[in-house]
Amino acid sequence: MDAKQFLGQLIDVPGVSGYENKISKMIMEAFEPYCDEVYRDAFYNVYGKKLGNRSGHGPKVMLAAHLDEIGLMVKDIDEKGFISFTNIGGVDQRILLSQEVYVHGKEKLFGVIGAKPPHLQERKEAQKAVPMKEMAIDVGLPAEKVKELVSIGDLITFKSPLVELKGTNVCGKSIDDRAGVVVMYETMKELEKLVFSGEVYFVATAQEEVGTRGAIISTYKVNPDIGIAIDVTHGDTPDAPKTETHAMDKGPSIGVGPNMHPKLTKKLMDVAKENRIDFQVEVAPGLTGTDARSMQISREGVPTVLIELPLRYMHTTVETLNMDNVKKAAKLIALFIASMEEGWEECLTY
Amino acid sequence: MFDLLKKLAEARGVSGNEDEVRQLIIEVVTPLVDEVTVDRMGSVIAYKKGTRSNKKVMLCAHMDEVGFIITRIDDNGMLKFATVGSIDPRILPSKKVRIGDKAIPGVLGIKAIHLQEPAERERAVKVDQMYIDIGAKNKEEAEKLVKPGDYAVFDSECIYFGDNKVKSKALDDRVGCLTLIEVLKDRYPFDLYACFTVQEEVGLRGAKVAGYSIQPDMALVVEGTTCSDVPGVDPHKYSTRMGEGPAISIADLASYSNKKLVSFLIQCAKNAKIPFQIKESISGGNDAGEIQRARGGTMTAVVSVPCRYIHSPSSVADLNDIDNTIKLVQEFLKGCEAL
Amino acid sequence: MRELVKKLTSIYGPAGNEELVSQAIREEIESYVDEIEVDVMGNLIAHKKGSGNGKRIMLAAHMDQIGFMVTHIDDKGFLRFSNLGGISVANSINRRVIFESGLAGVIGYETEIDSWKDITLSKMYIDIGVSSKEEAEKLVKIGDVAVYHPLFSESNGKYISGAMDDRAGCALLVQTIKNIGSTPNDLYFVFTVQEELGLRGARTAAYALEPDIGIAVDVTATGDTPKCRPMAVSLGKGPAIKIKDASVLAHPLVKELMISTAEKHNIPYQLEILEYGGTDSGAIHLSRGGVPSGVLSIPCRYIHSDSETIDASDLDNGVKLLTKILEEDINI
Repeated sequence: MDAKQFLGQLIDVPGVSGYENKISKMIMEAFEPYCDEVYRDAFYNVYGKKLGNRSGHGPKVMLAAHLDEIGLMVKDIDEKGFISFTNIGGVDQRILLSQEVYVHGKEKLFGVIGAKPPHLQERKEAQKAVPMKEMAIDVGLPAEKVKELVSIGDLITFKSPLVELKGTNVCGKSIDDRAGVVVMYETMKELEKLVFSGEVYFVATAQEEVGTRGAIISTYKVNPDIGIAIDVTHGDTPDAPKTETHAMDKGPSIGVGPNMHPKLTKKLMDVAKENRIDFQVEVAPGLTGTDARSMQISREGVPTVLIELPLRYMHTTVETLNMDNVKKAAKLIALFIASMEEGWEECLTY
Repeated sequence: MFDLLKKLAEARGVSGNEDEVRQLIIEVVTPLVDEVTVDRMGSVIAYKKGTRSNKKVMLCAHMDEVGFIITRIDDNGMLKFATVGSIDPRILPSKKVRIGDKAIPGVLGIKAIHLQEPAERERAVKVDQMYIDIGAKNKEEAEKLVKPGDYAVFDSECIYFGDNKVKSKALDDRVGCLTLIEVLKDRYPFDLYACFTVQEEVGLRGAKVAGYSIQPDMALVVEGTTCSDVPGVDPHKYSTRMGEGPAISIADLASYSNKKLVSFLIQCAKNAKIPFQIKESISGGNDAGEIQRARGGTMTAVVSVPCRYIHSPSSVADLNDIDNTIKLVQEFLKGCEAL
Repeated sequence: MRELVKKLTSIYGPAGNEELVSQAIREEIESYVDEIEVDVMGNLIAHKKGSGNGKRIMLAAHMDQIGFMVTHIDDKGFLRFSNLGGISVANSINRRVIFESGLAGVIGYETEIDSWKDITLSKMYIDIGVSSKEEAEKLVKIGDVAVYHPLFSESNGKYISGAMDDRAGCALLVQTIKNIGSTPNDLYFVFTVQEELGLRGARTAAYALEPDIGIAVDVTATGDTPKCRPMAVSLGKGPAIKIKDASVLAHPLVKELMISTAEKHNIPYQLEILEYGGTDSGAIHLSRGGVPSGVLSIPCRYIHSDSETIDASDLDNGVKLLTKILEEDINI
């Protein structure tokens, strides 16, 4: 299965934070052919274990890309059958009006998020963003039917299948961080062409969007020597500050800052340069908003590096990604793992 | 003692880039202890075996200081940056910094007053409006000297002034590091782990890992803490007072100190006639928070040197307070085994 | 139940100072459990052995209540304070507080301030009725903690008191311990400390116990008062099974277990979504390699005030539901 195809499939499967059952199953199936062992834990973290094909004492490396997505949850159903909702993860309330959604009750129901028509709004009202608590989902069914099929706590996902834009750009929802999962998938394939010792754990983590919770749990379980977090970062747009965004066509970003191990990060950059893989630098002065923040301080500490794919319009239904970066990131990570020969422990010192 | 404090305070070590201060500390403590290790986050753990028991006592002070990291070089050769750790942006205009391994000098410039609108003068500057000027003509020239990801520290000499006072950057928490080094000169009946942690200022990160690894029976954290006994502040907001001795914490935002340890500290101070104060606020948080809750939990307490203008290039402490803090920790170590 | 709740809510026990509550609970449950111990943080851990082959379950209810810590004594003997846990200005002005010694005080504020919006905790003080620093220092010292003056009322089947959060939860656990019959599951009832300061006791207790499943019992807000924040939970409609709050997404299988048990035994229940706030399960579920966890909530109005209000039937049904859950053969 090629990367774009896989990504398209992944983003259509629901998996809001805390409810990643379905998406974790799909990912387990995809990992099967390329891993020695595939399993998941009680929190739906998926683990694909790949053993080295060369003898030696290579490191235990853990990759982490999160499989959960932001979404909504049914809060209440009123007497007319309209569904009020709350957010799971950082949903920008300004994207909600007129969105198409699926309500995952006893059946999957299609719905729209509607709101007061402009004709009925006061001028001052029209200047402000509509707060989430004033919105409702209309599934077009009578109230009793809604109450039969939908309960408080049911998940709601956005409808936004993958669309191809010009060049190698694609657009859809939840590319944050299903694209990271695709990077791991591509990395597995790349590793088959290379020689490496040690073990690699490809972990598709749960509940990242609500606080990197899956990473806390899975890093403790795996107890790796080295951590590689794969997530997305902000792609450049005209209205965003240059210091905080990255070009879409200059390669993946490598994280620099207290959350990432300095020597290990330098080695990653050296591997990229040696193999002519272009990359950008993302400077993070504090904790990054990725699984790296929790991996680094698990147990006795895990030297961690961070690779991010530039993504425009993050946390909307039109997240835009350059697929080239997926391939580049996968190649880079595979080469990085293969570069861990005798004496790799040196990279982890200070 | 002042010479060592000066070396420690002037050493560079922004959270995530503690190399210089780490090397200095390793150099100084190695002859004093049995084993020095650097853990996976970069914290230095100096171990001294006990003469008769296996009880584990952990002392902790953080090596890192607040500072900056370069985020981007503009076409005009000016550097954009972010703060590492919590710094009030209003102290930044017109200060000097040192960037990267080569300590390239730079200035936090700001538009001359003549060129400002009156309204502008009233508003606090924001970090994203500011830049560091290293004197480069353009981006190319700047790139020869610095790069995004380089860390920068305040350029501030550690000097003795006034009535036995010291002014410097990073008194928080090089005063703690100094205290640990001083007490390492003795040997104790129990196993002593003196931890010089990293990344306290960005979330008590080094301590979380050190607490997990060491699993001490008890831990005492030595910090530099806010001292606001200055004009314009109501007395009940001082938190601590300069010159009144080490401040013992009942609780702060990260931990509620173990009551046994706190009463013992107070008792030690009273018995040895060491002036002390009780910290009068629950503000701030420190490594004790993470150490207290590592694994199944441990007893922790915090002793702090009052520092005026903390987290600035010109923080001030009283050398008597530092001295008395060292004395208090020494007294604590004499009898803590029984707790 | 009423007497138990009345007793527990009146005991002095602010965060970091839970000793008296711990003693009282210990006396209540000692003869009903197999082992009791207190850990280094002060958590009270009571072990009720299972008949074998069941799950290792950690229950948690926190003993601590919010409080006011004295941080400064001024020249006239007024006490400045800082909050331990979530104290709001609105719930503190002109309220009566009491220290462990029994010393009573009133919380006042700097009345030169014109607008309520400008009042902050640092502009408030505790008045213990003395006129000098020396007099005050004979009665209190820095670090002493005051709590809302306890007064228990009952009104139409509702219990009203400060510290329902979370002495009601503690009462629920105590009663469950007394009622529960034989069960395959190994039960650890943990009365935790310092929840109000950030789920601190639960974090270390969970690490030490390594449970298979965690269930916290705490209060939650309601959506049944005039023009309130909308929420589908009301007093009197049964204990609430938490779906989420800011600290935890209840594990779907634990949530299912709780719902199916309630339905099996015809116990009324509600489903709860809280858009803020946290409970001990927030810490438990992230312990070590993860612990599937849920929360049984007691609907409560006016949380973090001196008049937290719960419904007696919700509490009784909560005991019933928890007892049945713990007696189940669990497959998670």
